[in-house]
Amino acid sequence: MLASVATFAIEGIASREVSVEVDVRRGLPTFTLVGLPDRAVREARERVRAALLNSGLDFPQQRLTVNLAPAHVRKAGPGFDLAIAVGVMAATGQVPKQPLESCALYGELSLSGELRRGRGALAVALGARDAGYARLAAAPGDAGEAALVSEVEVIPVESLEDIARLLRGERPAERASPRPPRRRGPEARLDLADVRGQEDAKRALEIAAAGSHNMLMVGPPGAGKTMLARRLPGILPPPSFEEALEITRIGSVAGIGGGELVSERPFRAPHHTISPQGLTGGGLTPRPGEVTLAHRGVLFLDELAEFSRPALDALRQPLEEGRVEIMRGQRTIVFPARAMVVAATNPCPCGRPADACSCDAVLLGRYARRLSGPLLDRIDLVCRLGPVAPLELVREVEGDGTSRRVRRRVLAARERQQRRLEGSGALCNGDMDGRLTRRTVRLGRRLRARLASLPDPGLLSGRGHDRVLRVARTIADLDEREEVGERDLDEALAYRLGAVAAAA
Amino acid sequence: MTSACGNCLRRAHLIARLAPRIAGALQGPRPPGTSLLALPDAQLIAAVLGHPEPGVLAWLEAFDAVAARAAVREADSWALCPHASGYPAGLGQLTDPPAVLFGRGRQEALEQLAETPAVTIVGTRRPSPYGSEMAHAFGRALGVAGVVVVSGLALGIDGDAHRGCVDADGLPIAVLAGGPDIPYPSRHRWLYEQVRSRGAILSEFPPGQRAFRWSFPARNRIMAGLAGTTIVVEAAEPSGSLITAEFARELGRTVGAVPGRVTNRMAAGSNRLLQDGAAVITGPEDVLDQIYGVGARPRPEPRLPDDEGLRAVLTAVEEVTDPAEIAARAGLDAAEARSALGRLEAEGWIARDALGGYERRVL
Repeated sequence: MLASVATFAIEGIASREVSVEVDVRRGLPTFTLVGLPDRAVREARERVRAALLNSGLDFPQQRLTVNLAPAHVRKAGPGFDLAIAVGVMAATGQVPKQPLESCALYGELSLSGELRRGRGALAVALGARDAGYARLAAAPGDAGEAALVSEVEVIPVESLEDIARLLRGERPAERASPRPPRRRGPEARLDLADVRGQEDAKRALEIAAAGSHNMLMVGPPGAGKTMLARRLPGILPPPSFEEALEITRIGSVAGIGGGELVSERPFRAPHHTISPQGLTGGGLTPRPGEVTLAHRGVLFLDELAEFSRPALDALRQPLEEGRVEIMRGQRTIVFPARAMVVAATNPCPCGRPADACSCDAVLLGRYARRLSGPLLDRIDLVCRLGPVAPLELVREVEGDGTSRRVRRRVLAARERQQRRLEGSGALCNGDMDGRLTRRTVRLGRRLRARLASLPDPGLLSGRGHDRVLRVARTIADLDEREEVGERDLDEALAYRLGAVAAAA
Repeated sequence: MTSACGNCLRRAHLIARLAPRIAGALQGPRPPGTSLLALPDAQLIAAVLGHPEPGVLAWLEAFDAVAARAAVREADSWALCPHASGYPAGLGQLTDPPAVLFGRGRQEALEQLAETPAVTIVGTRRPSPYGSEMAHAFGRALGVAGVVVVSGLALGIDGDAHRGCVDADGLPIAVLAGGPDIPYPSRHRWLYEQVRSRGAILSEFPPGQRAFRWSFPARNRIMAGLAGTTIVVEAAEPSGSLITAEFARELGRTVGAVPGRVTNRMAAGSNRLLQDGAAVITGPEDVLDQIYGVGARPRPEPRLPDDEGLRAVLTAVEEVTDPAEIAARAGLDAAEARSALGRLEAEGWIARDALGGYERRVL
């Protein structure tokens, strides 16, 4: 007897249909699994056998062959368990085959026959929708997430026994409803008022948030760099539904989501010892890296100079193109990676204020070189944080809600940008490519002449030129003006990276 | 062209041969007022090695001046001894002038020293952005004025001064502590080539000889001797730059220093020089005044931006470097201050260091 069941394999952050073909015939009792399974998939044999028997179902004492098609795609993870078990049940006549034609299955089995939560349920549901399946059966923990895809009827299934009854029509198919979005996390409730002084950096943070620009904070330890960065989620606009779906899907594939639609942008702060693969993603079965996990949100690189050069170099392509490409065999897997980079660093290796600093020229030069290069070139705003004066620390906070006020301005600025950029593919000023920037930000003749006649040509070359225009556009947006003025341009120029560092 | 007599070459090579042992000998007791390098050959050997070394004496006997000249030519260098024309007269006043000046680049540059005034600019290897800017501005202005700029090609002030001179297409002379064919420090290889093609690279060591700890202060006496004026831009205490200034003072040359920030340790030495009576140098014009006499050249009026707000910010930049502090001084909010800073930078009044601190530019 032959049966075929549809399931999905995670590939990048998407999924690809895999049909599980089960053949049962007389012969010595064997259980063969073919079709490029990885270790976790091969182990499915043991789980399936035990789960079936423990659920009071029959496991055939016959020659059993399971094929995962298409055979050339590498299959990874335990998500095939349910499909294999149901395939066996269908092939041995324990459940009817007809309902399986329009219903895809996804889930991992425990030995008792219960279904466990897996990774990437949202990606599977999107795959099922695109492949034209009307229904998807999944573990209850996954069903809430998969149900975010409204076109597919997602049916939560407790156990093998449960799905047997479902397929035989002994129980009604109750559709899962999407889980309510999470309330705003503690991160988003931190207030900017907690950081004393540092008005220059706060202004830069507001501009960066309003246009999704990359930013670098330079200051001695204790000046509040990390505190400021952690308050960024609180002033960023909430993601749109499409953005939230993308973010949720990535989190789900990476196994970090809570099963509901995210309501805020991710904030990722990898430690500086991270490997290049950890940042950009990789592995035999490619998993998303930090830059992808920060997609549509913030990638915070604290102690930028301590990151390894290969790791920072690996960020080059993602930052430029907004995506990561990973080659595996003949296939290229693409992860989205449109994150806003916020970096922080000490002004010198010893970290002391300028007049007490004990670093010599060689050390400082080496430090500056470590900071420079491909990443610094993509920084739009550089701000300095001075040591906090003791007076500032004891002063009472003037009143809360600073973040709320800033967030309102940021939201208004983003709305202006969205109206202007409608249909261009970009969502905010930071998304604009060079051509779009020059088309969108038009300067008067006087301002163009100003840019052309800068005393230090190293200050603005090529890419830098576009970046200054984008930041100037955002500054005007924050001020609710359609025209980019002289002051906007001047301010954008002043936040641009020092020419020395850009050239180094 | 190599014009060094055999005796002088032998003497120079003897010092190079003894070089690794000299460091210890310089610290040992010696008659006051006598420089080790001024001792006659036999005494020098005894002073350095502690006893008359037959091996060295035999080597001295067998010294082949022809081969030494060939080696100099081989290294694309030249050599000058005090008995040749073109040997800088200023070095003759030293108690221990170099027996031979080995050099690379344009030998005519040395002849020019007889007619053109020269200024030695020295300072710390790790200057503040202000110090760098000053050194570069001096090198440039003096280069434009046709004054020879002498320095040591070291990191920091030395290199900045040379770079300024190169930018102005002036005449730079670099004195190295190792052989003239070894670009030191290696990071200044490019600058070395620039100096070589426009001016000259000098050393008292023959080509191929590496530098020793003691040869840095030793080359400072050459720098002091070459120029009529020595300017210290930023120098810590104690430092090689102060040694150069001391040599210049002993030779009766003009010593000037650029005032530095009192809180900057790297300017403590140069500020001390000022306390001790060195000429106060606040711009390249002051150097030219020292050379040509006060008022011999018109002094430009200091310029200021027309806009009053910008003037306030510029004043603040002269006092502090952080944008936030600048804003506080000028009484502006962060956005206004950044806007003014961008304008001032675009117009060339101020500059930024690698990590975003502001400095007033020398105009």
